[in-house]
Amino acid sequence: MKLEGVGIVGYGVYIPRYRIKVEEIAKIWGGDAKSISNGLKIFEKAVADYDEDAATIAVEAARNAVRMASIDPKDIGAIYVGSESHPYTVKPTATIVAEAIGASPELTAADYEFACKAGTAGIQTCMGLVASNIIKYGLAIGSDTAQGAPGDALEYTASSGGVAYIIGKDKLIASIEGTYSYTTDTPDFWRKEGQPYPRHGGRFTGAPAFFKHVYNASIGLMESLNLKPQDFDYAVFHQPNGKFPRKVAKMLGFTIEQIEEGILVDKIGNTYSGSSLMGLAAVLDKAESGERIMLTSFGSGAGSDSFSILVEEGIKKIRGKVPSVEDYIKRKKYLDYATYAKLRRKIKVIS
Amino acid sequence: MKVAIIGVGLTRFGELWETSFSHLFVEAGANALRDAGVDGKDVEAIFVGNMSAGRFVDQEHISCLIADQAGLNPIPATRIEAACASGGHALRQGIMSILSGFHDLVVVGGVEKMTDVMTESTTQTLATAADQEWEAFLGMTFPGLYAMMARRHMYEFGTTREQLALVSVKNHRNAIHNPYAQYHVEITVDDVLNSPIIADPLRLLDCSPITDGAACVVLASERKAREYTDSPIYITGSGQATSTLSLHSRKQIPVVDSTINAAKEAYKRAGKSPKDIQVAEVHDAFTIGEIMAIENLGFFNIGEGGKATEEGETEIGGKIPVNTSGGLKAKGHPVGATGVAQAVEIVLQLRGDAKGRQVDADIGLTHNVGGSGGTAVVHIYEKG
Repeated sequence: MKLEGVGIVGYGVYIPRYRIKVEEIAKIWGGDAKSISNGLKIFEKAVADYDEDAATIAVEAARNAVRMASIDPKDIGAIYVGSESHPYTVKPTATIVAEAIGASPELTAADYEFACKAGTAGIQTCMGLVASNIIKYGLAIGSDTAQGAPGDALEYTASSGGVAYIIGKDKLIASIEGTYSYTTDTPDFWRKEGQPYPRHGGRFTGAPAFFKHVYNASIGLMESLNLKPQDFDYAVFHQPNGKFPRKVAKMLGFTIEQIEEGILVDKIGNTYSGSSLMGLAAVLDKAESGERIMLTSFGSGAGSDSFSILVEEGIKKIRGKVPSVEDYIKRKKYLDYATYAKLRRKIKVIS
Repeated sequence: MKVAIIGVGLTRFGELWETSFSHLFVEAGANALRDAGVDGKDVEAIFVGNMSAGRFVDQEHISCLIADQAGLNPIPATRIEAACASGGHALRQGIMSILSGFHDLVVVGGVEKMTDVMTESTTQTLATAADQEWEAFLGMTFPGLYAMMARRHMYEFGTTREQLALVSVKNHRNAIHNPYAQYHVEITVDDVLNSPIIADPLRLLDCSPITDGAACVVLASERKAREYTDSPIYITGSGQATSTLSLHSRKQIPVVDSTINAAKEAYKRAGKSPKDIQVAEVHDAFTIGEIMAIENLGFFNIGEGGKATEEGETEIGGKIPVNTSGGLKAKGHPVGATGVAQAVEIVLQLRGDAKGRQVDADIGLTHNVGGSGGTAVVHIYEKG
């Protein structure tokens, strides 16, 4: 789908302060840290504090986005929060965000879930509402405190963090040239009602899930906009680990230089609904006006949303207004496994 | 003895997420019939090797399923199970059905669909081929059993870690020229030595992968074969033997006596000796498996398999090329299909159809093992 005049007005991120290293997790479970780090290209992940959850993270990111955009929060007509760790099963996270940033009550709001791509689904919804003049600004958020079962391979990557994007038609820092989605029913990863941790299909999460969807969505976007990999200055892909985005970039014909800026998983882990959107934020923190960025998310189950984003002149005016992705990455404190297990409520007290 | 193979067929080997169990068999069978120029209505019976469709895809009674899906009702179809040697055993049953005069033309296949369940379940299912009471119950899996055989082989004969790695390096190199193989990637000794530990001393790249795939051959009596081809490949020797199911009950750990006994019978029936064999497909489920196989089949003295591998004797162009297909390690190991896929490779080699990996050979051998060596089956093939 080709679009004109709709884009990003502001964005904000939040990454919790705590980190745990791959070695610390591997030590507990008898894993070979070196081979895990080499194989998955990951070193440490961000861990939410005891009093943080997907809602508080979403609020922090949204506050940064509103501050960057310098808009009146009352002009936000829609808020969508994508997460697979919404604190409530029934009761929206989006209303908490709306109240916290002062956007209520004249707006629509809802929570989204589509594994790791619910955040980009929120952006697409906002794009439609903005393009049709139903709202002035829309706020789309991807925020998670991802669950990885103790001892499971996911535990090395499942992390916490969130990203918020304000979509509108004026004061653009980047315009969205078009979006393309690719969706099938593919059960590669799931969590049923009442289950504390997700289950996954092991190697089935690779070729038939991540690679098929990310590849086809990216190709579909390029074909619909008549663009080639060389037309992009940057490409950002969903990053469940450091290996997958690099491999799919190679399959699509992107160079390492085009993708390195947007790969953060080695330093903060997989923030799930925040994953690819966090990579985009890191690129926007550096990009110059006129540069073009491809963003392709992936959500298990499965689907991918791909976007072509053109950086506008306005980007210069908002630099330095709020903490950058790098600021949050640098702000860190390491945890041992026991403290991590307490903070992530992996220790259950049954009384 | 003389039974002709007049056609061969394979599916691609690998993680075939979008292909069903029955489709795999039908595809390989159709390829084999096309290769033979045989019409389905001329097939008199089906023998199929399969280890555990019941646990891998929740489907038993697969003999019926296969005849049905292949459109070959009402001919008889029989499933044969002998763990990873199921395919080799099915081949032998097909041979016997022809030698007995019961049939003149049969299809022998092997099929396994292993990737529909998680790796842990696959490992547990494979472990059902070990002694449940004395091995599996105590937590033993096949990587563990073969690791103990490797350790003992290293201790008794001085086989080195690098020599084990060289088996995998060679088989990966061969698989590059096999379009049906699961992997088309060259690896180095360092890649093997730096891959994750599975069961010390065996690492990930010492172990055959989890694979979906099927293989089929069309067998015919000497007389019937002449109706289809002037140059069939003949199976001239067949041997099958058992040993103790559990590894700890054997007199020797790093010597597989079922292989020795099966080979003895096959050589005797064919009137051949180890030195007559010019190409062989052996059971390298783990790298140590190939080293023991080339010793136990008589190609090299006991204890000298590692050294022979290091000296390139088993390479294409060496004294006896082994696993030109890529072996179980690199071609892939859909357990029930493996024994039949080995026969397919030897037929291609003897016919001169093994493009890119072709060796000069008139006589070949296949060696298929069940479990840690509780069962072995050996066949010898000659150009017609």
